Amino acid sequence: MNIKYSEEHEWITVDGDIATCGISNFAQEQLGDVVFVEMPEVGRNIDKGEEVGVVESVKAASEIFTPVGGEVVEMNDTLTDAPETVNADPEGDGWMFKIRLSDPGELDEMMDPAAYANFIEDAG
Amino acid sequence: MSETSEDLLKTPLFDVHERLGARMVPFAGYVLPVQYTGIMDEHKHCRTAAGLFDVSHMGQVRLSGDSRVAALENLVPGDVAGLAPGQMRYSQLTNDQCGILDDLMITNMGDHLFLVVNGACKATDLAHMQSRICDQVAIEHLTDRALLALQGPEAVTVLARLTDSDLDAMTFMTAQAMTVAGINCLVSRAGYTGEDGFELSVANEDAAALADKILTAPEVKPIGLGARDSLRLEAGLCLYGHDLDETTTPAEAALMWSISKRRRGEGGFPGAEVLRDQLTNGTTRKRVGILPNGRAPAREGTEITDQAGNKIGVVTSGGFGPSFGGPVAMGYVETASAKIDTPVNLIVRGKTLPAKIAKMPFVPQRYYRG
Repeated sequence: MNIKYSEEHEWITVDGDIATCGISNFAQEQLGDVVFVEMPEVGRNIDKGEEVGVVESVKAASEIFTPVGGEVVEMNDTLTDAPETVNADPEGDGWMFKIRLSDPGELDEMMDPAAYANFIEDAG
Repeated sequence: MSETSEDLLKTPLFDVHERLGARMVPFAGYVLPVQYTGIMDEHKHCRTAAGLFDVSHMGQVRLSGDSRVAALENLVPGDVAGLAPGQMRYSQLTNDQCGILDDLMITNMGDHLFLVVNGACKATDLAHMQSRICDQVAIEHLTDRALLALQGPEAVTVLARLTDSDLDAMTFMTAQAMTVAGINCLVSRAGYTGEDGFELSVANEDAAALADKILTAPEVKPIGLGARDSLRLEAGLCLYGHDLDETTTPAEAALMWSISKRRRGEGGFPGAEVLRDQLTNGTTRKRVGILPNGRAPAREGTEITDQAGNKIGVVTSGGFGPSFGGPVAMGYVETASAKIDTPVNLIVRGKTLPAKIAKMPFVPQRYYRG
């Protein structure tokens, strides 16, 4: 299970040079019921740390920052009609976009599940 | 954690909220529940069954003395003289430019007037009343009382089990003293959700017991501030400090329905001249409902433009309506663009999103008229 987490509560899994990205279970719990998701468009080149979209709950909007850079190759269209999928399965069906990595080395700076668990315990 | 929770006040229901696992936040100087099970769930539950809210942060005030009616009419444009005993109405405290200092509920309790004002404004409201009418009335801030709201289509069923009073005869915007679960309360048939429901004023020491009793009803869930806000927004109800402030007059705020013909003609409240002028010559802006065409919510502060891109207004409250099933918003636009169905644009994160001016409420009001 090669899932990694960022300090902004995004997760990444990698298959070859394609990474899949979403927000963590901790993030969706904090947000509450998700009512709208805006994701980066296919074809867009994004840099690590760039703001690429937004997740909205009833009360508030929360930016999505991409933890890695590259070209967006797919976005999860099902979230347009069913944003609540982010709450139901944030680290599976709630994936938001896929990106062709420009620099796989950026993954090394992310946290493994144990490190992320510590991170959110300290933050909470 | 530097939010100095020692500075925040607790309502008498604090332990109840903790026991129920509420997520607590600071609000109006108090620590209050923002949610229990989740905003969406609580919101929908209130519109389909019944919800119990702790609104003890709000200010409860008693005005007494023979001149109390005239004195209050010196401060508000509402018709206080016309309130029959047990009747209540919505009004505003205005300043000399007819800007709104706060909105409030006024109840004629026979031998006194009972006011409920916003929690965030109660200190300044009391100071304002003291400075203007303390020689005409006795002003008592009822800090020994808590306030609960029980709202939703099943609220009356729940309350009927706990009291012998005749609720069938108690229509929207009336109030009476009654015993609920053996506890003395002042109960109003009013609220902030657009649903049928009640607000119960109770002594602090009885509040937790009353809440616990109401919460045993299978129809009732506790509801936090998050859903309280989404409920009132769907109902088209203003939130002071957002949709109303010292720069908005009742005419601009589309609240003229709350000012009777007599009071419009006679004046006698601060800013009456300004209001008269606005009624004759119109206002430059108006509070309206706004519906984004798409799914993206437009929040407070969102710029509103006409189709040519000229700024014509701003969103003052916006979010997602769980019962409506989409984004809803309220704001001010220039009067020329305020007609229902006028197409407008909303600038959200640099993008131009189409929307239209819409009538409120966004979901039907279901007040009990008898």
